[in-house]
Amino acid sequence: MPRPFTPKVVTANRLLEGDAVWRTASGDWSPDLAQAELIADAATAELRLLEAAAEAHLVVGAYLADAAAGADGPEPTHFREAFRTRGPSNYAHGKQAEPQEKA
Amino acid sequence: MYHYNDFDDAFVRERVSQFRAQVERRISGALTEEEFKPLRLMNGLYLQLHAYMLRVAIPYGTLDSRKMRQLAYIAERWDKGYGHFTTRQNIQFNWPRLRDVPDILEALADVEMHAIQTSGNTIRNVTADHFAGAAADEIADPRPVAELLRQWSTDHPQFQFLPRKFKIAVSGSRNDRAVTRAHDIGLEIVERDGAIGYRVIVGGGLGRTPMIGKVLREFLPQEDLLAYVEAVVSTWNLLGRRDNKFKSRIKITVHEHGIEDISRLVEAEFAQTRPGFAGADRAMLARIEAAFAPPAFVAKSPAPHAAARASDPVYRAWADTNLTAHRQPDHAIVTVSLKAHGATPGDASADQMRLLADLAERYAYDELRISHEQNVILPHVARADLPAIHAALTQAGLATANVGLVSDIIACPGMDYCSLATARSIPIAQQIATRFEELKVEHDVGPLKIKISGCINACGHHHVGHIGILGLDRAGVENYQVTLGGDHTETAAIGERAGPGFSADEIIPAIERLVLGYLDLREGRDETFLQAYRRLGPAPFKALLYPEARSDAA
Repeated sequence: MPRPFTPKVVTANRLLEGDAVWRTASGDWSPDLAQAELIADAATAELRLLEAAAEAHLVVGAYLADAAAGADGPEPTHFREAFRTRGPSNYAHGKQAEPQEKA
Repeated sequence: MYHYNDFDDAFVRERVSQFRAQVERRISGALTEEEFKPLRLMNGLYLQLHAYMLRVAIPYGTLDSRKMRQLAYIAERWDKGYGHFTTRQNIQFNWPRLRDVPDILEALADVEMHAIQTSGNTIRNVTADHFAGAAADEIADPRPVAELLRQWSTDHPQFQFLPRKFKIAVSGSRNDRAVTRAHDIGLEIVERDGAIGYRVIVGGGLGRTPMIGKVLREFLPQEDLLAYVEAVVSTWNLLGRRDNKFKSRIKITVHEHGIEDISRLVEAEFAQTRPGFAGADRAMLARIEAAFAPPAFVAKSPAPHAAARASDPVYRAWADTNLTAHRQPDHAIVTVSLKAHGATPGDASADQMRLLADLAERYAYDELRISHEQNVILPHVARADLPAIHAALTQAGLATANVGLVSDIIACPGMDYCSLATARSIPIAQQIATRFEELKVEHDVGPLKIKISGCINACGHHHVGHIGILGLDRAGVENYQVTLGGDHTETAAIGERAGPGFSADEIIPAIERLVLGYLDLREGRDETFLQAYRRLGPAPFKALLYPEARSDAA
């Protein structure tokens, strides 16, 4: 039996900057996971990933990551994806140092 | 130090201009990511969790002040003001933007550096003993051979699509500081009847299937080096498995075929390659050796060092821990710790790099080394100048007296940066170092190697740590496995797994129990952790790690 589908977001890294981004419902790429489209079924997930793959001029290495609905939007369910929303733990670099981008 | 000739310079600059055009074509859309990825990897450019990462080779770990200042400049101009020195004598910049990378490579070319073959299935940066040319126990400087191998392997047409990456390390001393037994090929310079040659060790490696290398030739005459190494790599290039990347490294080939079979095949291939090397390589090696002639050491009275050591306990602790015997008795080798308690192992800020460059220029015959243990070496320092160096290092936060001790931890970048990682390494290293600084016991504990990897690929050398820590993902939670009894030297050994892993919260107290418990187990201050482990076996050390298991059994 196939495993039950868990909600997903489409994520990748930006081609020029290399930072982590998430795909929104309007098809843009946001540096804020909370802005992402939370996908509830496998067929839509597959379609969105194909759409992302067509945007190789903007992003690299798009994939589906597990996420859960939170108060302000999708939230990570695995620590790797949580780190991607913040940056490294040894310096205040990366997204945790760039709150202005979350607007 | 070796300096690029016109050919080297033209070659490196040509690669930079090729890469500049490749980046432009990727951005314009003329190249897909599938087409671009192997091209960027050939130039050391990875895409990691938060950003691109550029891995720059520091061949055999040797730098001068000009190169170090340029690394500082790159860190400030195009990165976030620091660089990370790795276990393979590379430096990694963690935050470059794609458009800037060709300019960074150009800036590297200006100081005879590059990022070629720091990735991909090629012969990687050739590493060497970080005390090369300075150590009192050295038979010969390993760097000329390492430079010869660098030139031979760079863009070698036969070896650009190997079954997997291939790593070579060279040691010039019986005391192996280059981890030669954990490399695809380890070369140890040996002397027989007054002639220099090489002990050739093959099939070592860490990662998923750790193996200690086996001796393929006890004594390879110096003139046969390139022909023989070419025969080894050619043999593996044909035989190595391309169907399964977990079985592709030469350690698996040697394991599956046996060292006798491999030896027979290599010797047959060697008979073919040998006539192709008609002496040009020998002439080249002679020229390279001349470039590595030792500096003209200036004789100075070591009295200032002796006086400082007698009067200043902080200086004394540093001198007793961070200095190594030099071939000149009135000189010393200084290891500058990049492991300040709580800092990221191997990171240096641009300011620190510039200070190290200044010290090298002023006091150390303009030489610097990077060790696989992620520290910086001033290889030749007159003992008279040590107090001045210590004072300058103290100002820059670089005078930590912990080389070879508990807090001198190797750690890979782990999941703070690396896309392959399964758990973080850096915070574990930071917390262990901070905890032992609070306990004020590390000088009492003595020599101890803790090595941490954030995944099974073992960039943090955990298998050969006296205490190894491997970070894994267990059901969506970071989990840390401990191995005991590893050894990276000439008595190399793979550590044994101690038992179930620990959570991120449990691992620091577990290491504390282990290290403090060793103090009760040892026969005296002279018995190191590794010696005690070898004498007693794993049982009492496991009991320290898992006290509840012991009480359950009681």
